[in-house]
Formats: sequence, structure tokens, C-alpha cells
Amino acid sequence: MATGIRDKVAIIGMGCTKFGERWDVGAEELMVEAFGECLEDAGIEKNDIQAAWFGSCFDEINVGKSALPVSMALRFPNISVTRVENFCASGTEAFRGAVYAVASGAYDICLAIGAEKLKDIGYGGLPEFSAAMGTLNGLWFPNATAPGCFAMLASGYATKYGIDMKDLKNAMAHVSAKSHANGALNPKAHLRKPVTEERILNAPMIAYPLGLFDCCGVSDGSACAIVTTPEIAKKLGKKDFVTVKALQLALSNGEELQYGAWQGDHFVTTSKASSEAYKEAGIKNPREEISMMEVHDCFSITELVTMEDLHISERGKAPKDIMDGVFDLDGKVPCQVDGGLKCFGHPIGASGLRMLYEMYLQLHGRAGERQIQDPKYGLTHNLGGFPMMNVCSVAVIGKYA
Amino acid sequence: MVGITSYGGYIPRYRLSRMVIVQNMAWYFPVIMAVAQGEKSVANWDEDAISMAVAAAYDCATGKDRKQIDGVYLASTTLPFADRLNSDIVATALNTAEEGVTCSDFTGSLKSATTAAISALEAVQAGSKNNVLVAASDQRGTKMATMYEMFLGDGAAALLFGRDNVIAEFKGHLSLSCDFVDHYKACGQRADYTWEERWVRDEGYAKIIPKTIAAFLKKHNMAIGDFDKVIFPCYFKREHANIAKKLGIDSSKVQDNMYEICGDTGSAHPFVMFISALEEAKPGDKILLASFGQGCDVLHFEVTDKIKDFKGPIGIKGSLANRAELTSYQRYAKFRDLIVADLGIRGEANPNTSLTTLWRNRKMLLGLVGGKCKKCGTPQFPASPVCVKPDCNAVREMEDYEFADRPGKVMMYTGDMLSASVDPPAVYGLVNFDDGGRMFVDFTDCILEQTKVGLPIKMSFRRRYKDAMRGISGYFWKAIPQVKA
Repeated sequence: MATGIRDKVAIIGMGCTKFGERWDVGAEELMVEAFGECLEDAGIEKNDIQAAWFGSCFDEINVGKSALPVSMALRFPNISVTRVENFCASGTEAFRGAVYAVASGAYDICLAIGAEKLKDIGYGGLPEFSAAMGTLNGLWFPNATAPGCFAMLASGYATKYGIDMKDLKNAMAHVSAKSHANGALNPKAHLRKPVTEERILNAPMIAYPLGLFDCCGVSDGSACAIVTTPEIAKKLGKKDFVTVKALQLALSNGEELQYGAWQGDHFVTTSKASSEAYKEAGIKNPREEISMMEVHDCFSITELVTMEDLHISERGKAPKDIMDGVFDLDGKVPCQVDGGLKCFGHPIGASGLRMLYEMYLQLHGRAGERQIQDPKYGLTHNLGGFPMMNVCSVAVIGKYA
Repeated sequence: MVGITSYGGYIPRYRLSRMVIVQNMAWYFPVIMAVAQGEKSVANWDEDAISMAVAAAYDCATGKDRKQIDGVYLASTTLPFADRLNSDIVATALNTAEEGVTCSDFTGSLKSATTAAISALEAVQAGSKNNVLVAASDQRGTKMATMYEMFLGDGAAALLFGRDNVIAEFKGHLSLSCDFVDHYKACGQRADYTWEERWVRDEGYAKIIPKTIAAFLKKHNMAIGDFDKVIFPCYFKREHANIAKKLGIDSSKVQDNMYEICGDTGSAHPFVMFISALEEAKPGDKILLASFGQGCDVLHFEVTDKIKDFKGPIGIKGSLANRAELTSYQRYAKFRDLIVADLGIRGEANPNTSLTTLWRNRKMLLGLVGGKCKKCGTPQFPASPVCVKPDCNAVREMEDYEFADRPGKVMMYTGDMLSASVDPPAVYGLVNFDDGGRMFVDFTDCILEQTKVGLPIKMSFRRRYKDAMRGISGYFWKAIPQVKA
């Protein structure tokens, strides 16, 4: 009988680079930067790490395929290093690999690292996905972009709940304004300027109804975590450390894309992954028990809808919760405390680990100006792909009790 | 009885007023002002001779069993492939049978459609074929500020020839072939090289058409007055009337050359005019159809009683009514690749077309054939080994299921300004088919502001990409939201 991951693995060190347009450095330098911070935080030696997992997504503009770039950049002593890729959940996938390896007893100490060097592509935003979807899909899928696909969700959500697009846009604008306010407090964030809702609403259209400020930044960056068992953490002298409470992944099976039941108003995968995660973590009422969240706000509408699939907001009520300030820094469940993908930035392979990094800092009371009082559980969420076919990860971390 | 058993037409939705061309280009060549009457039909940027032929062929096959078609002929001077059977792309799009079907391209002359029709009729007469579909289609490239830019429109038409339920009986024909070169287009060239119009008019149209008609009448011992309608192309409006006068045809019996409403649609034009005549025809009408291009074909049809009960196709009349004005000459020029606009680096991605993948999935990609689960009856696209219905998931129980002419509705959509597109924003979304099945698909022939969730859609075969580096055009289907006027 499976017993889940709760409290089986401790995070003893984390690191994260400044995200942004890191024109001056390559992915190797970013990894060294994040790893250095992480190693120092853990207080161990590089040679204590027995295995590593590496998350990256766009290998063609990043460091290339395989895990060799990590092994070579960090000069590991010929240990096992595995590259994982699962769209925007790639960073969390690396974390899963390291966590499960420790939990299995196969290794004592493992590293999860993610890196992405998106700003070497020559234009803003991500490449079109159709060419990255295989030989057959490339012959018939629309030349869809990420904003385009998530913009579709707004039309589905507005239709389902009979919301006027203008009202939905207002709630989406608040989502982005809140993340800009939080990002401004974070020295490592890519975008650090507060932006008014009025400016957000009047921005140029990227993909109807998403304007420029409804879309997250695309950045360079790296983040990593060192994990071990609680027993070893104690032996290493760690007190009051953070453990993994839940780690869930859910993938679409084509139902949303090809079958009639889904109405284009929510994320089937997130709904499932979060329910499983709460069960794994022993959380009964997430709205009351989750102290803070870093969710996959690739677009404002994604964050809005995700609030319902995380079972924090009731169906159809996310716009009201958003306008009521529930997810603001001083709200009931602060969300995107570090600025989110929106402002901290989105180097895909690093994003999942960056989210965990913020939750980790908050749990240790090291989040500076944006510190939340006495957080218990921090939730992270990634959504890779499109609303109608995606990979969703949900993680919950908290203090070891 | 051998003759026409169905017809179909396709005039693309965009129309460009010739005055728009004048306003933009008369500074360069003022003579175009003399022929600036009316408007011409303009193919959307994702259309070409093949895609328009498919539209006309589907229209022609309305209410017919496409599996009974045993010949698909395609007539055009603007075929995308020099060596790959263009007509077979049309046949695959129609999801005809493969075994026992003959496909052939008729090209090289503007009279190729009537020549293809004669071949089809002779095959049916000989008993070697039962139902031959002949599609004619042209999307002719022209240079800016030329008479041809003014004269030519885009369009397609299709006729089905057979023995059962004939609506117009084939009574005879006569062809004249001669190397009269009023214009030509070398292999690989985009636009025609044209000779002096006065010569084309006086020595070409005005001599060759009357001469061939006269020879036909003599051979069949008929008089021009025996005919209720006489159809021949000639984009010179006045000369069109003069030829009729010269032949002694009452002006009411001459089929309009459609200059003001769509322009000369090339190979398709004899069919386009002929179908316009059939749309108004009465039982017993005798129709004389002539074409022009390195000579002339003359065909004689007599309309039967069956025309009274014949309905279904959108036809030329219906597609002419589906009209949207293209008010920007620049947009037209961009559609036709006459001007270069930057697609951006995002648009540089250019994977090749996997011919193995294309072959294995030809029914899906060209015919829009998905699957229907034999266990639970769920239609799905694409067909896959395991049924998508959650409580079914039957393995390898799919049977072919055609989506092409099924009604559906917009489920969700966007207009994407970031996507590399010839005509931004790229509108796409998910559509639900009324009888089941869902598809992620590009939208076309629509504007974002008129697109709404819940709008009915119609599927349309389009050119999805044109890979100039490797010289291949790729096709797939798009959804057209049906905006009510």
C-alpha cells in the first residue's frame, strides 16, 4: 500500500539566480550561480551529492539535449545525472526525480536543478509549439502560441459562467497588478515595476483577450534544491527543516482535446493533482490551511482559473475572490508572493524549482520585505502545455513536524 | 443517357473592387482605368487551385455517394505540383475509393476544363467509367498594375458526369486545336507573359471561337438559333458582345462573361459560366458551351426534366452571394506574395514535410477522416488506437468517420497576434461537432470581431503552409465560422 511522500524527504538547501535578461552569461554560469547558493545553504560538499536530476525544456535554444551540460558545468565526479523534460513542469519533474530517489533509499543526498536560457532566441515570447509537437501534429495543428491557447480559456470560462469579457478582464488585470506589486519587492525578480490596472487594461493585444500585461515574462535563470532524508538532515545538524508534504503530477489523456465533456472552463489535470496532493499532505480544507502559493501564472487567465482547480475558490467565484484581494500579499491566501512567472520570470526548466525556492524562503522566514507571517504550508503548481492538453504538477511543502 | 449528374461551384469570398486597384496602381499604368468596372474574386491567402477545386468538388458531390466516383480529373493552369498528381490530392480530400479510381490532371491551356469534360464523357459513353468528377480551378498569378491584374479573378467549378439522373444530356462536341499564343507561362513562372490585347481580341477570341462554333454547327447540322443559351469566355466585355453578334445570337441568349462580378477565372471560367446558366435552366434548354485556349472546345448539352428536382449545391450563385469586400490593396498584395512583410524570427521555423507521415495519415490530413468507436459510437479526431471516451477506452475498434461536411460550433477561440501569420491575427480554436467529436483547428474566412462562442462552423480544405524552400504545399482543413449577415 503506497503511503505517499509526506515527510519522507527534507529540503536542506536551495538556490536561485536572479531571473531576467541575462545577456552576459550562458546557462552554465546560471547553473553554477544557483548551485553555489544551494550548496552553501545546505552546508555540504559537492561530492556529497550522489545523483542529480536536470530539468530543461527548449533544448534547441538552451544547452542542448541530455544531462551532460549539468554534469560538465558543475564538474560532478561521474555521478548519475538525468535530464527530464515535461513542458513547464520540467523543473518540478527534476525535483520529483531527486525526491523519489531519496525516498526509495537508493541515495542519501540528491540534487534537482533546472535551467533555461530563453533570451538567446532573438525575439520575445516562446517559439510556436506546433513544430515541437511531433511530425504528424506539425502537419495539422494551428500555428498556435502559448498566449493564443490560454486566451481560448478566457472565452471558455466567460461562456460557462456567463461573465461579460469586460468583467473578466478586470479580474485578470488585478491578477497581474498584484504580481507586479509583489515582484517590485523582490531583488531577484525579472520585472520589478508596479503597474496600474488601468495600464494593464489598455495594453496592446497579444492574443484576444490577453493583452501584453496578461502574459508572463520569458527569462533566463536557474534554480536548484538539495534533498535528503529527515534522518540525515538531523544528522547534518539541521533543525526546523522543511519537508515535502505532497508531490503530484497529472497529465491530460486527450479527453479535453477530443471528447465532448470538457467545457473549456477549467484544468482537468490541476483539479485532480491538487485533490491528490491535499490527500497526500493531509490537508482537509485548502483555503484555510494553505498559507501561500506560487502557481503557474503564465497568463492572468491561467492563474484565475487555477484558483478554482486548486479548490481554493469555488467554481465561478475566482473573479470575485481576486477582486476581494484574497490572493494579494496581505490577503487570506497570498499568491505569487515573489512576483510569480509574471514578474519573477519564466525560464521554463527552472520555474518549478524557483516556486519551491520562494516557499522555502518563506517557511524559513528569509523572504525579506515580502515575508508572510508564520506560514505553515506552501503550495506550488506548474502547468505545461495548453488548457486542452497539459502536464500539471502540484507540490506542498512545510516544516517537518 | 450520358451527361451531367451534378454541378458545384466555388468563388472565393473576398472581392476586390477594380477601383481599389486603380486607386493604388493607376499612377504606374493609367490604362487600367479603362477596364475598372466591377470587382474580381480573390482567393484568401490560404487558398490555391487545389483547395478551391476541393471546395467545388465537395459542393458538386452534395447528396452523392463519393465512394461511387471512379474518376477525378482536375483542370488548371496553376497546379501547385509539376510531378505529384494534383487531382489525387482532390480525390483523397473527397475520400473517394483508391482502387478502381482514375485521377488525371488536365493542364497547359485555359480550355483544359472542357477537354477534361470531353475525356470524362467519352469514358462514360464507352462504359469504362460510371461517375467522373471534373473539377476546374485557377488562381492565376499576375503582376501589379497590369491588365491581367484587372481581368482575372479566382474560382473553381466542378461537374459530375454519369448515366443516372442526368440533369443535362451530352449531345456532342467538336474541338479545334491550334498553337495560338495570346499568353504563356513557362514552368516555374508565377505570372503570364502576354501579347498585345488588340491582336488577342481580333485574331484570337473573335476568330477562333466563331470558327469552331461554325464547324460544330455544320458537323451536327444545326443552326445557332437552335440554342437557348450560348456560353463562351472572353474577358473583353465589348468583344464578348461582338462575337455573339457575329454569330447571330440574340443578346438574351448569351451568357454573361461575369466580368463585373468575379472576373475571368481561367480554366474554371467555362464551367463557372456554364453552371451559372444551369442554375437558371429549364428542361429542354439546349446549351452550347465553348472554351478558349490554343483553340476551342465546343460542347452541346440538353437540359432534362431532372433539373426540376435537382437541388443541393451552393453553386456559383451561392458562393457569389457569400461575399466580403477586400478594401485594402496591400492586403491583397500580401495574400498574393507581391510584397514582402516580415514574418519575424518566430516564422522562420520550417520543418520539412514527412512524406512517410503524410502517406500513413493521408485520409486524416487530406480527407479529414477521423474515427468512430465501434464499441461506444464516439466520433473522434484523429482516429487513435484507444477510444478517447473515458469509460470506454476500447482498443483498436475505430472505423472511418468523415468530419468534412459535418456541422459544428465554435467552443472556444482566440485571435493571436503573436503567431507568425500572413493575415494576423491568426484566429483558431476548438470546435465541437454536432454529432460528436472535437477538433483544435485554424479558423479562416472570418474576422476576430465577428467570431463568437457557439457560432456554427463549416469545414473548408485549405493550404496550411507553402514551403518555398522544398517546394511543397501542405493542406489541411480549417473551420469557417458562419456569421449571419
